[in-house]
Amino acid sequence: MIKDILKEVEDLDAAINAAREAGATDDPADALLGNDGADTPDLEVMEARRTELLNQCTDLTAADRVFLARHQGRPRIDEYINVLFTDFFEQRGDRQCREDPSILGGIARYKGLPVTVIGHRKGSNTEENIRYNFGMPGPEGYRKALRLMKQAEKFGRPIITFIDTPGAYPGKEAEERGQGEAIARNLAEMSGLTVPVISVVTGEGSSGGALGLGVANHILMLENAVYSVLSPEGFASILWKDSSRSGEACEIMKLTAHDLQQDGIVEEVIPEPLGGAQRDHKALFTALDAALQRHLTQLCKLGGKALAEQRYKKYRQIGL
Amino acid sequence: MDVGKIFAVGSRERTFQLKARRDAGLDSPRWQPPHYFTCKKCERRATRQTWASTLYVCPNCGHHQPIGGYYRLSMVLDHGSFRELDAELQSKNVLDFPGYDEKLEAQRAKTGLADAVVTATGKVGGVPVVAAVLDSRFFMGSMGTAVGEKITRAVEFAAKKDLPLIIFSASGGARMQEGIFSLMQMAKTSAAIQRFQAKGGLYISYLTHPTTGGVTASFASLGDITLAEPGALIGFAGPRVIEQTIGQKLPQGFQRAEYLLDHGFVDQVVPRSEMKATLTRILKLHTQGRKHGA
Repeated sequence: MIKDILKEVEDLDAAINAAREAGATDDPADALLGNDGADTPDLEVMEARRTELLNQCTDLTAADRVFLARHQGRPRIDEYINVLFTDFFEQRGDRQCREDPSILGGIARYKGLPVTVIGHRKGSNTEENIRYNFGMPGPEGYRKALRLMKQAEKFGRPIITFIDTPGAYPGKEAEERGQGEAIARNLAEMSGLTVPVISVVTGEGSSGGALGLGVANHILMLENAVYSVLSPEGFASILWKDSSRSGEACEIMKLTAHDLQQDGIVEEVIPEPLGGAQRDHKALFTALDAALQRHLTQLCKLGGKALAEQRYKKYRQIGL
Repeated sequence: MDVGKIFAVGSRERTFQLKARRDAGLDSPRWQPPHYFTCKKCERRATRQTWASTLYVCPNCGHHQPIGGYYRLSMVLDHGSFRELDAELQSKNVLDFPGYDEKLEAQRAKTGLADAVVTATGKVGGVPVVAAVLDSRFFMGSMGTAVGEKITRAVEFAAKKDLPLIIFSASGGARMQEGIFSLMQMAKTSAAIQRFQAKGGLYISYLTHPTTGGVTASFASLGDITLAEPGALIGFAGPRVIEQTIGQKLPQGFQRAEYLLDHGFVDQVVPRSEMKATLTRILKLHTQGRKHGA
């Protein structure tokens, strides 16, 4: 299991860093006396062991990827915006009811080009998770997203969405205010947008809550992200009345990036550093940036009608 | 249903009426001992014949029982106008889900349906329409690739022929056994509806018990006119999931048709006995005297 491997890798990371620091701050006198000689082989052994462990991460199971997709250390929407975009101007509220912080959105520049960026916001620690409702939006979140997208269409801005949610929030108020209607409206409206829409599945994409931001011309997916009709736990509990069989569900559901690319749902898989995106954000951003630019350039060549047509066809052919 | 009518027209109508009678539990030609059917709400029982005469609305408490697809169409469509679309289309085991093929077979044998939706053209009060009915007996009316494709084809057909569209929803949501493909049907059907409506098409969404999950979050919520059957459960998340999430009991009547009416998501709650008359009225409001600007 990747969980155990990562645990050991993280322990090694800590040990290696500690050893390096100890080495760096060592009194030069020690070096002269040959005192640090005892540490060096240790360091090498540890690094070798770490490389060996990370090399085991090349062939991950679907359950491993689900674990990585939910890893607390994965980059979050604010980091994507900060690194990939400039001049971000946040837009809040759905103009009807309230501001839903589970979705972050606004205008930004991508390589100088004004775009609209929208994404699920999970937060990267427990306090933030609670504030952002673990990235589970209510209808207000989807309506805000739609407002921003219609505005993007009006001003001819491409739309880039980032998907990372365990699902739309199943709460009382969410139902009262029409969670289903809000998602349905987004699906319908997004399908007809006359500007390029690119979705990036960055973590877990579960159910209609993910799709509500995901009707795109091109879908990019990080190597260890997952995208499915429901969480594996929910899937197992519905089909087998036993949520503990989620591991088994992961293997059946074909929810990994490579599965989805084979099925023609995802256009490109963005490679992640060995052991997952949480280990090296920078490497991930470099790969994603290149892909994003490529896809955006490609889509920007199409006219409004052609874009809507391409998007319609993409979804039209999924299934029978 | 009028038995005399069955033999008045051709074999297509005869087959359709027989399917409707089977849905209504009246398919046996021979006399049988009275077959009792118990109301799921008040638990009073009555014979199948009594139930059929009240359109499967409980004669005691007025509870609307879920009914089969052909049976519902037989209530709505004018006699002799039924033409089924894509009758043969069936789901495939796209995920190689263990046991799914067998289950599909069993559901087909049990219900006589190819999948969980019947799509057809016909006339309602003389107005030609395209109609789709989800059948909750088949895998809880869940939307897999076949349902998504049939709905989409029906919508596209309505768009092409410039006909009004009526969809009767009854569904537990996306079909889990078809995984991500089921999820994508939400986008596919919604996109088709969007195009149809942008072209000026009229879409009446009729929500029946139960309409939840991925169907609520796609075509069922996109009607120009949204009607609901009394007492129907309509929502995105199921009540049990919500109770588990928020850790408290939900109020009486939560997510029922009347509740949605109060919260602004339904135009009218229409009892089954008035279903056809109401649909006819709406259709005529859209087709007759539409000179201005048309």
